Amino acid sequence: MKFIHITASALAIAAAATAANARDQIQIAGSSTVLPYATIVAEAFGENTDFATPVVEGGGSGAGRKKLCEGVGENTIDIANSSSRIKQSDIDLCAQNGVKEIMEVRIGYDGIVFASDINGPDFALTPVDVYNALAAQVVKDGKLVANPAKQWKDVNDKLAAQDILVFVPGTKHGTREVFDTKLLVKGCEETGAHDLFLAASTGADEEAKKKDAEKACMALRTDGASVDIDGDYTETLSRIDANKNAVGVFGLSFYENNTDKLKVATIDGIVPSVESISKGEYPVSRPLYFYVKKAHIGVIPGLKEYIQFFVSDEMAGPDGPLAQYGLVSDPELKATQAAVEAETPMGPLK
Amino acid sequence: MTDLSASPAAAPVRASSSLLTLDARVRRRNAAEARFRGYGFAAILLALLALVWLLYSIFSAGLPAFRQTVIQIPVTLDAAQLDKAGNRNPDEMAKASTVTYGKVLSEALKAAVAQNGIVIEGLDDKEIAGMLSQEAPAMLRRDVLANPALLGQTITFQAYATGRVDGYYKGRVTLDSATRDSNVTPEQLHLADALKEKGLLSTSFNSGFLTMPDASDKRPEAAGLGIAILGSAYMMVVVLVLSLPIGVAASIYLEEFAPKNRWTDLIEVNIANLAAVPSIVFGILGLAIFINMAGLPQSAPIVGGLVLTLMTLPRIIIPTRAALKAVPPSIRDAALGVGASKMQSIFHHVLPLAAPGILTGMIIGLAQALGETAPLLLIGMVAFVREFPAAPPSGLFDPAAALPVQVYNWTQRGDPGFVERASGAIIVLLVFLLIMNTLAIILRRRFERRW
Repeated sequence: MKFIHITASALAIAAAATAANARDQIQIAGSSTVLPYATIVAEAFGENTDFATPVVEGGGSGAGRKKLCEGVGENTIDIANSSSRIKQSDIDLCAQNGVKEIMEVRIGYDGIVFASDINGPDFALTPVDVYNALAAQVVKDGKLVANPAKQWKDVNDKLAAQDILVFVPGTKHGTREVFDTKLLVKGCEETGAHDLFLAASTGADEEAKKKDAEKACMALRTDGASVDIDGDYTETLSRIDANKNAVGVFGLSFYENNTDKLKVATIDGIVPSVESISKGEYPVSRPLYFYVKKAHIGVIPGLKEYIQFFVSDEMAGPDGPLAQYGLVSDPELKATQAAVEAETPMGPLK
Repeated sequence: MTDLSASPAAAPVRASSSLLTLDARVRRRNAAEARFRGYGFAAILLALLALVWLLYSIFSAGLPAFRQTVIQIPVTLDAAQLDKAGNRNPDEMAKASTVTYGKVLSEALKAAVAQNGIVIEGLDDKEIAGMLSQEAPAMLRRDVLANPALLGQTITFQAYATGRVDGYYKGRVTLDSATRDSNVTPEQLHLADALKEKGLLSTSFNSGFLTMPDASDKRPEAAGLGIAILGSAYMMVVVLVLSLPIGVAASIYLEEFAPKNRWTDLIEVNIANLAAVPSIVFGILGLAIFINMAGLPQSAPIVGGLVLTLMTLPRIIIPTRAALKAVPPSIRDAALGVGASKMQSIFHHVLPLAAPGILTGMIIGLAQALGETAPLLLIGMVAFVREFPAAPPSGLFDPAAALPVQVYNWTQRGDPGFVERASGAIIVLLVFLLIMNTLAIILRRRFERRW
């Protein structure tokens, strides 16, 4: 009988603890690209304010947005980090689960770079080179053929005589999306492959044909010259370490923290850096966002303060710790700060 | 043997050979045996080599995590700068942020460098300030807020050096790599050497690695296992408190009371099956039941503990039943024979005799649960947590990390300093597992009875 007493009282204590335990720290989940920035801000926020340090989880942009849209309440997250813009399907899911108002906060830009082993040859790439090296089908004498290039030299005379081997982020990464649109599709259009795909497409109407062609542009060769990496950048780095001939695709901040092991490639002759991206010279960059559940502002202590702290000049500004880590600060930061101050929810997607 | 050799059929074969000269068949058999021994030996050797290689790679990468480079600098805590209101009220002093404290520290370091007559060519003020970890101002601020009387004094402060300077003394960073590294310059490393010569910089045991919380990517040198160890401990307490009574009760019922019929057979088969279910399945179950349905908080040790309990229960029931089965029936019969009830015979005689076996199974089950990562990934334990959870029971509902997921988390970070931390965390995890398994062996050796 004593045992039952103890069990019952233990359960009672546990129940009381849950009831009394209103959540006092912000919960964040989402993109692994935004994760380091979010942890840097969370750490400084916890140190310099009376609020608890927010709990930050990774998991990927899509997973984070889905979690945000699970509903309103203390056991759902407050902020979703995202390295790509929210999708209409996410907004619909949110609305369905009672998450009516979402605030969109753009924190800055992130560059995507090609980097290879520090002791290897230099690479000066263009979107056309990337397309001709990696696409499944390329244009040769006005016709589409399976990619014949074996070495970088075959793609462009100026490049090194080194076998083509590129580690590309897997399709679940937000980075891949930018890689696809800013490099492959662009190179595809410039080489004329896009027009040929368009002509060859059997889609029902113009719209479908365009989609078809775009999809064909993004198809990578499958003969082993392009390898999808589903893990994170540390995996790409260790693969390059093991295979010195390889070229990897990284986020700018990751490269900046490993400049002693990696050599970065230029794109269109521009060296990727925080400056060249903020000036808009380096072509392969993307905005980073986080999305805030507005219904939680005022309920979860410190939520609004955290957002304000994140977008403040001391943090996200050009001299702040985020820029030091590799974030390209947003030239329109002032507008973001004003929107956060006014708690403006985002409008419909354009 | 004797009657075999005496049999008439065997006699002609044996007749030509003596026992001392081996014939072809015996030689073949002996050779086969020698080969078989060789295979076994090679297998063991291979396994040992793999173990040695694994331990070597973990320890060579991880041991540096237990040492930390610190810079000792005399810091004058100027009251006018750190307590503008001037009334030593910690609430008002909190207005001075880590940025202010950072300035105080870098000024102090600059003064110390000048005072010791260290001149490094091409070293600017920003590089001097960049020698110190960003955790250092936060530590100084915590110290001052905890003890406002420090204001106005000059104290000797032990400031962490940055991960790169720290890595210089661990062989991770060299003067050569520093020329290419955007986070450190060779001048900074020269300054570090000069400071070391003056006795201001030293590398010593890093207790912070075991006590401090996780840190962001900008300060790998300050990342510690404090919350992960605490979170793992909380989860183990939950697993122990829940699975010991439930597991033992279920085993006793099945072994001593349950009738032998189709239902109990079905249950037995299912327990064996559950023990073999991949652990990530329990994570999905936990996410659906404990978080989505019951509404328990994410990243909380209570949920981790519950999930691990589900996973561990079948693995505890099986050895517990084996231990109960090993107690000879004569003990039960004797107890029943002198008039004890069935329950008395079990609790007074069978259970105490089976206890060492049960405890061994329990500890091994706990050790398995301690190292389990997969189910925890799904319930939000892979999080960046910097606030220590409160004391139980309410602390069980606070966010925390766990040892194995901390390893996973650190291997994903961009800064090379985290590679060392991750291996260090593996060492800590291995030490805990070793302790638990040793405990299990000792219990078995000392208390187990054989019949």
